[in-house]
Amino acid sequence: MKNNNNELLLDIRDIHIEGYSDDAWHEIVKGVDLQLKRGEILGLIGESGAGKSTLGLAAMGYTRDGCRITQGEILFDGMDLAKASPGQLCEIHGVRIAYVAQSAAACFNPAHRLIDQHVETAVQHGVADRKQAMKDAVELYRELHLPDPENIGMRYPHQVSGGQLQRAMTAMAMSCRPDLIIFDEPTTALDVTTQIEVLAAIRNVVEAFGTAAIYITHDLAVVAQMADRIMVLRHGKLVEEAETRQMLSAPQEDYTKSLWAVRCFNVTPKARPVDEVPLIEVKNASAGYGDTQILHDVSLSVYRGQTVAVIGESGSGKSTTARVITGLLPAVEGSVLHKGEPLPSDYRRRSKEQLRRIQMIYQIPDTALNPRLTVGEIIGRPLTFYLGMKGKALKQRVSELLELIELDPVKFYDRRPQELSGGQKQRICIARALAAEPDFIICDEVTSALDQLVAEGILRLLTRLQKELGIAYLFITHDVATVRAIADEVVVMQHGRVVDSGERNAIFTPPHHDYTGLLFSSEPEMDPDWLDRLLAERGNLESVSV
Amino acid sequence: MKSIIRQLGQAPLSAKFGIAVIFTYSFVAVFAPVLAPFGETEVVSEGFAPWGGEYLLGTDNLGRDMFSRLLYGARNTVGIAFMTTALAFLLGGLTGLIAALRGGWIDQGLSRVVDILMAIPQLIFALLILSVVGTTVTSLILVIALLDATRVYRLARATAMNVVVLDYVEAAKLRGEGMWWLITREVLPNIAAPLIAEFGLRFCFVFLFISALSFLGLGMQPPTADWGGMVRDNAVLITFGDVTPLLPALAVALLTVSVNFVVDWMLHRSSGLKE
Amino acid sequence: MKNIITLFLQRIALGLGSLFAVSIIIFMAVELLPGDVAEALLGQSATAETVEAFRTQLGLDQPALTRYVHWIGSLLSGDLGVSLANQREISELIDVRLSNTLMLALMAAAVSVPIALVLGLLAALYRNSWFDRLVNVSALSAVSFPEFFVAYILILFFSAWLGWFPSISNITPDAPFSEVIDRSVLPVITLSLVVIAQMMRMTRAALVNLLSNPYIEMARLKGIRPLRVIVYHALPNALAPIISVVALNLAYLVVGVVVVEVVFVYPGLGQLLVDAVATRDIPVVQACSLIFAMTYILLNTLADVLAIATNPRLMHPKG
Repeated sequence: MKNNNNELLLDIRDIHIEGYSDDAWHEIVKGVDLQLKRGEILGLIGESGAGKSTLGLAAMGYTRDGCRITQGEILFDGMDLAKASPGQLCEIHGVRIAYVAQSAAACFNPAHRLIDQHVETAVQHGVADRKQAMKDAVELYRELHLPDPENIGMRYPHQVSGGQLQRAMTAMAMSCRPDLIIFDEPTTALDVTTQIEVLAAIRNVVEAFGTAAIYITHDLAVVAQMADRIMVLRHGKLVEEAETRQMLSAPQEDYTKSLWAVRCFNVTPKARPVDEVPLIEVKNASAGYGDTQILHDVSLSVYRGQTVAVIGESGSGKSTTARVITGLLPAVEGSVLHKGEPLPSDYRRRSKEQLRRIQMIYQIPDTALNPRLTVGEIIGRPLTFYLGMKGKALKQRVSELLELIELDPVKFYDRRPQELSGGQKQRICIARALAAEPDFIICDEVTSALDQLVAEGILRLLTRLQKELGIAYLFITHDVATVRAIADEVVVMQHGRVVDSGERNAIFTPPHHDYTGLLFSSEPEMDPDWLDRLLAERGNLESVSV
Repeated sequence: MKSIIRQLGQAPLSAKFGIAVIFTYSFVAVFAPVLAPFGETEVVSEGFAPWGGEYLLGTDNLGRDMFSRLLYGARNTVGIAFMTTALAFLLGGLTGLIAALRGGWIDQGLSRVVDILMAIPQLIFALLILSVVGTTVTSLILVIALLDATRVYRLARATAMNVVVLDYVEAAKLRGEGMWWLITREVLPNIAAPLIAEFGLRFCFVFLFISALSFLGLGMQPPTADWGGMVRDNAVLITFGDVTPLLPALAVALLTVSVNFVVDWMLHRSSGLKE
Repeated sequence: MKNIITLFLQRIALGLGSLFAVSIIIFMAVELLPGDVAEALLGQSATAETVEAFRTQLGLDQPALTRYVHWIGSLLSGDLGVSLANQREISELIDVRLSNTLMLALMAAAVSVPIALVLGLLAALYRNSWFDRLVNVSALSAVSFPEFFVAYILILFFSAWLGWFPSISNITPDAPFSEVIDRSVLPVITLSLVVIAQMMRMTRAALVNLLSNPYIEMARLKGIRPLRVIVYHALPNALAPIISVVALNLAYLVVGVVVVEVVFVYPGLGQLLVDAVATRDIPVVQACSLIFAMTYILLNTLADVLAIATNPRLMHPKG
């Protein structure tokens, strides 16, 4: 490497970064080395808390409020950014190193037009005058395949869709033709079908200008499409580093292997019980808020002990369906039946017994647990409320439930939610649902806020519980892999309608319904050539359809 | 308990000062009759006696001992302000929580009533009603409590709204829990911090408000010792460069500053913990 | 665009609605009296005939609705009624005093709004510095002080000790402008101090609240200088809360003059109101309350309209 020094763009040496929380400094990044050559794309992957975003920002010499660099060097083109003054950093940021963040919707200022925010970098740094910069912006918009590149800049951020905003942000990062761009989970907040366009656009433009990039993500399949080389981080330390193809085909470290292995979890589908009334049946339900109708004529049924997965992108109405079943959002038309008996459409008119039988587990376990109650109180409440348990019996049952969800009762009984990890919180939510002894549980995106390994643990737990207790699940998710792993039956939703449904094997075997096919093929695969292949196929299709 | 003491130890100087002042005031309010050398309304000398000697801070326009009246003032002014604030919180807090949890027409109805009550400036409203019903201590407390309850309602409703939409409240609703459980177990504990801070700020406001009314001669009526009224009674002296009439005003200012310091620290802490 | 006009109209209709509701409340307040105004004013010793005659004079023998319609009708035609205390036309009493009060409030606003905004902005820019702390503690103290305390301290220093300004601001309609200014200095400073503190604190808070937004971090990572980050990226998004605080404080200025006017014996509407309350001159109290409430509602409605006008989501709807 030494003899190629002129080629080296970024050289981070033994960097240590601390963050302040709970009245003390904790080390977030614990001595990482990172080298990046001109024009190279480096993938940084790791689970939440691995320190990948912190490291990515540190590559710009920037730390968030409450963080500080305690040790190490960040040599960017020979200049140590760790020791640079705020004024010096201002001159480099935007011009030589740019940043593309996770949520474009939150990162564009709602008060200004896209074009004004775009040209600001160049104009403020004196790289170009406003007129030149605007002309260049239109070129970049065109390069990134934004619709109506001449005029889209005149819009305000809220007038543009998420996928377009993300591309506009990439264009903005490109405005001064930086040497390096940091991409911080740029597609995580997007639907899979939108993600494709953004990934393709980013890759094109980075290639076209020969820009070096650090691509941060938790998604292995995505990083496989984007990066030349991958670094795996865990707990602020480097686990493994290799060229992309080598890393994918032959990971060395146990941790890396376990990440790769998650994708292999699979449960054999169970057959629908014959000659039985469905446990829960939604019949031609339509519902909405105010004047806007969200669900149109939705029907589905769930049988005893079965898992029905509802899959769809944001805005497809899958969570609204859950709200209709629970009675939080009464259906305007249609009905919900439990073992053939119609349930009152409003939960307030359902009996205690009817409420007890349908339980719910939420997407974000942090907000699903009252921070002021202890684990014992949280799990104990349904026991007292529905089953009238008290005193010793209550404590005994809570302990049993804790054991059932694989948490030590002695250690966890008196803890509060703040003292638990994300996965543990989700387990407590499961225990709370089980405490009511339901026959049906709605799982609303229960694994999407969790890291892959933790998510897999939750899926395994749910599968085991179903086998032991015979509970039926309605599994709402946007993730094709999860559906492929655990569903007995699949319901595909789009724009508030059921567009496709059937047994898992039938749904996953071609020929697919149009939308189902689009959804499935958009799910990134670990193969580094997947994106190229897909784009080639779709390109053919497009030229045919246009 | 230990952690509270530890937190106090780490508090900034301003907050420690504030807490010390609040404790002193409470002590004086409770033990005023024991501490005061003279009676509240006792005329002990000629008007405007100078400082020192038997009368530590001199006497007022009618010859009553200034120091004793200051001590009694703590009891009257602070006591009434506290009672008023507590009443306002009970009324506004409860209705605000119910509005947030119930939603629908109860929320709409209550909110519109509050909007209209808040469309009239508070001081003007109070003056209007007091001019009609007369200025007795009871009417003072009721009128100000009602007017302040509107502000408490707004805050309680807004903060409760943030909690009500969280999944754990939804889970409790779906479980079939009643209103009492939802309020006392799910919502109230989670909005306690902003409500306590608001209590401090409201208290300051009510306290200043009552002092201002008394100063205008429309609050507590003589001969009750009241800080606002005491400033008014002795204001003449100021033009002669005498600071005595400012002492009761200073007493008011000191307490409000102290409460504000403590509230500021609490708010800073609760927001800091979220990061 | 049609949407936005509907919103404006809605907001203005709401203002008018509140005004109507407030006028009813002000009118109804009198009805709360045990007995009626006539009895209350004449006292226990009055004979039944005198009370009856007085009642007829006040029109109290007619039903409430008729009286309200009559009251509001004459108000709208500029007839505010007659003072019970001295039988003079209320409009005559109010005329000069209203302009005095408005002038005082206007001067205070002209002084305080720019100072408060600049201080708030600087405090947000240099947050957590000694400057920020100093401004914050001073502001916190200023908000905590009773107005009469501030007023008397100013009198003590500038009038009693230094002798720079008069302690009494009894301006007359024919006084020369320089004298009016000279006599208004202390009341204006008193009013401004409290209002500056309040507005400055809120401006700082509104700005600092926004600084944790991702788009602020984005601006920093684009290499934008701190001053521009605050002024160009944070300020436009903080306009709505800042406008509403300014409006609230301007409204407060008009109302807050009551105490200040009493301290400085300034011949304004506040003085008149306080005197009327003390003598229970109900028609005057009603008229003054209505004027104060009107100003208050007007300013709040204006603030809401401006808040809508500065919200890009509303001004530039989707599609």
